[in-house]
Amino acid sequence: MTSNTMLRWGLYAILTVFALFYLLPLFVMLTTSLKSLEEIRTGGLLALPRAITFQPWLEAWSSACAGTQCEGLRPFFWNSVLMAVPAVLISTVVGALNGYVFAQWRFPGANLFFAAILFGCFIPFQVVLMPMARMLGLLGLAGTIPGLIFVHVIYGIGFTTLFFRNYYVTIPQELVRAAKVDGAGFFRIFWSIFLPISLPIITVSVIWQFTQIWNDFLFGVSFSGPGSQPVTVALNNIVNSTTGVKAYNVDMAAAIIAALPTLLVYVVAGKYFIRGLTAGSVKG
Amino acid sequence: MPILEIENLQKSYGETHILHDINISIEEGDFLVLVGPSGCGKSTLLNCIAGLEPITSGTVRIAGRDVTGVSPKDRDIAMVFQSYALYPTMSVAKNITFGMQVRGVDKATQARKLKEVAGQLQIEPLLARKPGQLSGGQRQRVAMGRALVRDPKLFLFDEPLSNLDAKLRVSMRTEIKKLHQDLNASIVYVTHDQIEAMTLATRIVVMKSGVIQQIGSPAEIYNRPANMFVADFMGSPAMNLIPARVRAEDGQTRIEIDRIGDAPLVITDPVDRQLPAEIVLGVRPEDIHEATENAHLPGTAQGAGGEVMIEIVEPAGADTFAVTHLGGKPVTARLRAESAVRSKQKFPLAFDLSKVSYFSPKDGSRLN
Repeated sequence: MTSNTMLRWGLYAILTVFALFYLLPLFVMLTTSLKSLEEIRTGGLLALPRAITFQPWLEAWSSACAGTQCEGLRPFFWNSVLMAVPAVLISTVVGALNGYVFAQWRFPGANLFFAAILFGCFIPFQVVLMPMARMLGLLGLAGTIPGLIFVHVIYGIGFTTLFFRNYYVTIPQELVRAAKVDGAGFFRIFWSIFLPISLPIITVSVIWQFTQIWNDFLFGVSFSGPGSQPVTVALNNIVNSTTGVKAYNVDMAAAIIAALPTLLVYVVAGKYFIRGLTAGSVKG
Repeated sequence: MPILEIENLQKSYGETHILHDINISIEEGDFLVLVGPSGCGKSTLLNCIAGLEPITSGTVRIAGRDVTGVSPKDRDIAMVFQSYALYPTMSVAKNITFGMQVRGVDKATQARKLKEVAGQLQIEPLLARKPGQLSGGQRQRVAMGRALVRDPKLFLFDEPLSNLDAKLRVSMRTEIKKLHQDLNASIVYVTHDQIEAMTLATRIVVMKSGVIQQIGSPAEIYNRPANMFVADFMGSPAMNLIPARVRAEDGQTRIEIDRIGDAPLVITDPVDRQLPAEIVLGVRPEDIHEATENAHLPGTAQGAGGEVMIEIVEPAGADTFAVTHLGGKPVTARLRAESAVRSKQKFPLAFDLSKVSYFSPKDGSRLN
C-alpha cells in the first residue's frame, strides 16, 4: 500500500467518525420517537426499538398539549407555513430587485445605501425587538401572521439584497446597455434577461430565507398571539408543559416534525445551493 | 444634411472633464472612426452619441433631429459592443429579434428580417444555439446581426474586434468594410488600433485626453498629421520625430541634424518655410530612401540626405528596416527588401522633403 492510499484511508476514517458523531443525536431522536414510554424507561439510550410504535408521532402531530391547548403541532405547523412561504417569496423578490438596482442601475449615493442595507444583516435580533413591537402595534399587525411576515421580510431583505447584488454585479454592464439600445426598460430587462439567469441565486436565497424564518424562535415568541404561534414556539411549549411523566418519545417526534421542512428543502434544492454560492459568473 | 452632428459637446463627472468641446459632423454613408489611446474618451463619446451617458452640455443631432435628451431606444441607432453583450439565456434567433419584440413589431416581419440578416451574415445554422455554444467570431456575427436587423440611421461599434484573435480580426475587418459598402451605412466606430482606423475609415477622429487632435480622411491624418501626438500615434512603424536646428539661407531652409560620430547632417529644403530655430522634423520610414536610387524624387536630390551609421537592420520580407540615430533619437527607414544596407556600416539615406512634417518642439503643433 502506498503512503498516498494510506493517507486516503486515514482521511475516510476521520470523516466517518465525524459523520457518526453528528448523526448520533438524530439516531437517538429517531429511535426514541419510535419507542413506547415503557421501553424508554427500561431500555438503553442507544438501543434500537424492540417494538416500533407510531403513536408518539400521532400524538405530537395532533394531540400533544402546548400549554392548555391540546391539538398537537398541527395548527402551529400551518401557522409556520403561512408565515414562511409568503415571507420567503416577498423577501426574495424584493432582494432580487434591490440587487439588480445596486449592481446595474447605479445611482448617486448607491454605495451608502448598500452599506446601510448590509449593516442591517448584522443587527442582532434583540436590538430590534422593542422598536418592532411598537411598529407592529402602530400598523395594527401585532400578534398576527401578517405581522410575522412583515418582520421576517424586513429582516431578510439585507441578506437577499446582498446575495442578488453580488450575483448580478458579475454580469457585464454592456448587457443592460445593449438591452437599452434594443428598447427594453427597467422591468423588461429584469424580467427577460436577469431573471432567466438567476435560478442558482434564487435557490440560495430561498433556502437561506426558509431556514432562517422556519427555525426562528425569538421573533415567533415575541410577536405572535395565541392563534399565530409558529411551530418552533409550539415545540418549546409542548416540551416544557408536560405534567407528570415526561413523554420523551412525543418530544422527539415533535422536534423531528418541526425540523422536517428545512431538511426537505435542503435535500431537494441543496445541489443548487452549493452551485449558487460558488458560481456567480455567467458566460455570455 | 449631416447624419450625425455633434456641437460643443462637453462631458464631465463632477470636476473631472472627460470630453472637451467636441465638434464632429459626418454625412450619410460615412465611416467615422474614433481612435486614440485608452482613456482618451473615445468610448465615452460613443456612449454619449448612443444616449447611454448623459452629456454635460452641447447638442447631438442624428439625421437632423436633436436627440440630446432622447433615450437610446428612440435615437434610431444600433450598437455593437466590445463584449458582444449577447443575452445569455436566449437563442441566437431570439437575440436578434429581441429588440423588434420589445418594440412590438409583428411576428411575420420579425421572421422575415431575421431570415434576411441571417442570410447576409451566414449564420442560419446557428439560429437555435445559445451564445455560450458559439465561438468568438460567431458571437461577433450575431452581435452584428442584432444591429443590422434594426436598419438604423446610425450604427455604433465599440471596439468590436478587440476580443478576436489576430487572424479573425483581419477577416472580420474586411467583412465590416464590405458590409459598409454594401449597405451604404453610416457608422461610428471606436478602436484603439490605428491600423483598423486607417483601413476602415472614410473619416478619422484622433483623440487624446478628451480633446480632438485632428479630424480628417485617413490620407490627411497620415500625410499631414496636425501635431506630434497624431504623427506618433498613427502609422506603424511610427513616424520618425527628429529634433533639428533650422536657419534660412538664400531663400532656402537649411536643416541641421546631429549625427553620431560625425559632423551634423545638413539637408536643404529648397523652399523658405519660415520655421523657428528649433524644430522637430517628422518623416515616415517609407519617406527615407536609399540616396543613390531615388535621385529623381523631388526634394531628395543631393542635399536632402547624407551618409549615416546604420545600427540595426531588420529584414521583414517585403521591406527591410534600417535603424540609425539622428538628433539623439532612433530613426527607422523602410528600404527595399534587396537593399545592400548592412549594420555597423555607413549608408547613404535621403529624406523625401515633399512629404516631411515640421513640428514645433514647444507645443508639438504642425508648422508647414
